[in-house]
Amino acid sequence: MASTSIQTDERTAHGQGPMEHFAYDNKTVLLFTIATLVFGIIGMTVGLLMAIQLFYPVFNFELQYTTFGRIRPLHTNAVIFAFVGNAMFAGVYYSLQRLLKARMFSDALSQIHFWGWQLIILAAAITLPLGMTTSHEYAELEWPIDIAITLIWVVFGINLIGTILKRRERHMYVAVWFYIATFITVAVLHIVNSFELPISWTKSYYLYAGVQDALVQWWYGHNAVAFFLTTPFLGLMYYFLPKAAQRPVYSYRLSIIHFWSLIFLYIWAGPHHLLYTSLPDWAQSLGVVFSIMLIAPSWGGMLNGLLTLRGAWDKVRVDPVLKFMVVAVTAYGMATLEGPLLSLKNVNAIAHFTDWIVAHVHVGGLGWNGFLIFGMLYYMIPKMYGTKLYSVRLANVHFWIGTIGILTYALPMYFSGFTQSLMWKEFMADGLLRYPNFLETTLQLLPLHMFRALGGLLYLIGVFVMVYNLRKTAVAGHLIANEPAQAPVLQTLVHQTGGGWHTVLERKPILFASLSLVAILIGGMVEMIPTFLIKNNIPTISAVKPYTLLELEGRDVYIREGCVNCHSQMVRPFRSEAERYGEYSKAGEFVYDHPFLWGSKRTGPDLHRIGGKYPDSWHYNHMLEPSTMSPGSVMPSYPWLFDQQWSAQDMPAKVSAMRSLGVPYALGTEAIAGQLMSAQANIIVKNLKEAGVNTKPEAEIIALIAYLQRLGTDIKKQPKADTEAPLSADLSTTNQ
Amino acid sequence: MFKHYFERIADQVSIYPLFSLVVFFAFFIGLLVWAYLANKPHIAYMANLPLSDDGLPTDNQ
Repeated sequence: MASTSIQTDERTAHGQGPMEHFAYDNKTVLLFTIATLVFGIIGMTVGLLMAIQLFYPVFNFELQYTTFGRIRPLHTNAVIFAFVGNAMFAGVYYSLQRLLKARMFSDALSQIHFWGWQLIILAAAITLPLGMTTSHEYAELEWPIDIAITLIWVVFGINLIGTILKRRERHMYVAVWFYIATFITVAVLHIVNSFELPISWTKSYYLYAGVQDALVQWWYGHNAVAFFLTTPFLGLMYYFLPKAAQRPVYSYRLSIIHFWSLIFLYIWAGPHHLLYTSLPDWAQSLGVVFSIMLIAPSWGGMLNGLLTLRGAWDKVRVDPVLKFMVVAVTAYGMATLEGPLLSLKNVNAIAHFTDWIVAHVHVGGLGWNGFLIFGMLYYMIPKMYGTKLYSVRLANVHFWIGTIGILTYALPMYFSGFTQSLMWKEFMADGLLRYPNFLETTLQLLPLHMFRALGGLLYLIGVFVMVYNLRKTAVAGHLIANEPAQAPVLQTLVHQTGGGWHTVLERKPILFASLSLVAILIGGMVEMIPTFLIKNNIPTISAVKPYTLLELEGRDVYIREGCVNCHSQMVRPFRSEAERYGEYSKAGEFVYDHPFLWGSKRTGPDLHRIGGKYPDSWHYNHMLEPSTMSPGSVMPSYPWLFDQQWSAQDMPAKVSAMRSLGVPYALGTEAIAGQLMSAQANIIVKNLKEAGVNTKPEAEIIALIAYLQRLGTDIKKQPKADTEAPLSADLSTTNQ
Repeated sequence: MFKHYFERIADQVSIYPLFSLVVFFAFFIGLLVWAYLANKPHIAYMANLPLSDDGLPTDNQ
């Protein structure tokens, strides 16, 4: 095959090895591009459906596979790992080969990487609607898929490092460093956040519980944003922006400082997702400080991108590729200023759990990732097909419809976030909440949510316009599957000379990779090790006992249905929250929660103190048809919980697993699991009967009711003084 | 072993901010000095790498 055979030309460049002729692999790039487009459309369409469900709950279709709770992870996984992920691989495969003047290390690995990644996406698309989820955000996939991700990621890594090792360019350009850091860090994040104990092929429990689980998850979640959505795309920016502008990056020195400071600082900032929660205060403060410091490298990178265009703004007017990239880099700048501001505790107190966060991530997702991807595709496809873009006009249409789409999405969500938060916190002169019924705050937001859906629709229409344009471009040209190239062989250096330590580093990929690893490990270890090893970071509360087996089963139903996507279980120490929900949440209350279910968004009210608040029959009717108990509610109904039955079959395995994770279930519990569950179920059935509801004890709804009624009740079982467990965090109720 | 070490360190938790500060300070000073002193032609060469896809590199050592 011409693509793999390398012809050596005896002509040698001055002082260099013999010239070699080889070919860049465009076919793999194209495959990843097609996958980007297909999954982009699917992921965004699911997002649009979810947006509509929030004001027309009928679009949940009363089907378990299409309810909001189950398809929300489908949306996030599809856009992050399928749309952005495939685009990242397309861009990396395209730019890496050209920056290193070498074909990808192995065509076979490229194929395995591509098809393996698509199979993982397929597995996600099947298992998530089926309710198979670990409940960790952006890491919902169950353990067999986690293992597959690890294997395919290693394949990508071998292909990446292999290409670097056989390069014909001595020095690694800054984009390549970002790719290396991405590979290494995502590997570490994924492995640490996937420590699960399997119960069956489709179910597992996380090794960590409560506060520790939350810390690991948000160390992961934050850095997934950093090293999956940010660093690879900064690398792509450093390649494609100079290419499109036909001028070098504004300051290469700045790019070096940008790189090291970014990867050093990012990894520390995860705890800013857990402000005012039960996480120890020192960890929260660490997250805040490093988040603020992150402004510097982020803005350094943004300015470096924008200033690359100084004196070339006339090109931006006519070139759609540059237009998309300018908006992308601007969105990056906005999101990376907003992020640190959101991590200030006083701002976070307002924004957390509201639509503000949704606006924030979509400025990043639609603006930064989406528009950079679009710019990149408009650049790459004509090049790979040896032709010009079919229609610049259509690309401009896409640009404007997409930009208006982002604004129509984000602005209403900011308004929605502020409104929501102000309504949650508003007190009347007599000291009572002005909006004691959470539903009032939800209904207030409906018009804004409609605008948001319209914004998403516009953005999606833009994508269709692009797909048409790129398709026409491809038809007009001819795919150059193996693009001919030539470069002199890299001579082995007998003696390394000069250039300073960083210049030497640019020549040594393995050393470079190791240093990147050290940089990211320091932050992670300093954050996590004390929390894991020092007992008094998580004060225990003697009244907190493990869940009963029926409650544990109900908790698994809660996880399966994705309740955590709309309901938090974390009452923050604010007067408004204590008034609305009850006693604020303590770290010691979550010690048996494998996984933690604190949530990150309140579309509905917090549930940590829901236990005992309503009678069993209220929950029964509410889950069957929420609007009967809460008129106007946008919560979906869950009719299948009344037909499907819980089974004690897996319970012995679950109990054994929990015990091995440190949950003190008595020995022999496994043998009588079914009896224990039935006994508790019968009590609930009896309660329901007294309220005029007839149902079977085996119905899943019974297990769910058992769990909901237990939530947050343990600390009420002892004198209040004892529950005020000392925390390093200042958990005195804040007047907000 | 590690557990013991970290339990002991809890008494002197102030070492954490100190440790972070020293590591970052040293690293960034080194980085800034290097960036400031870096050889100009090399920087120009690196900055132009993406643009030299088709041409031949001139400073490939």
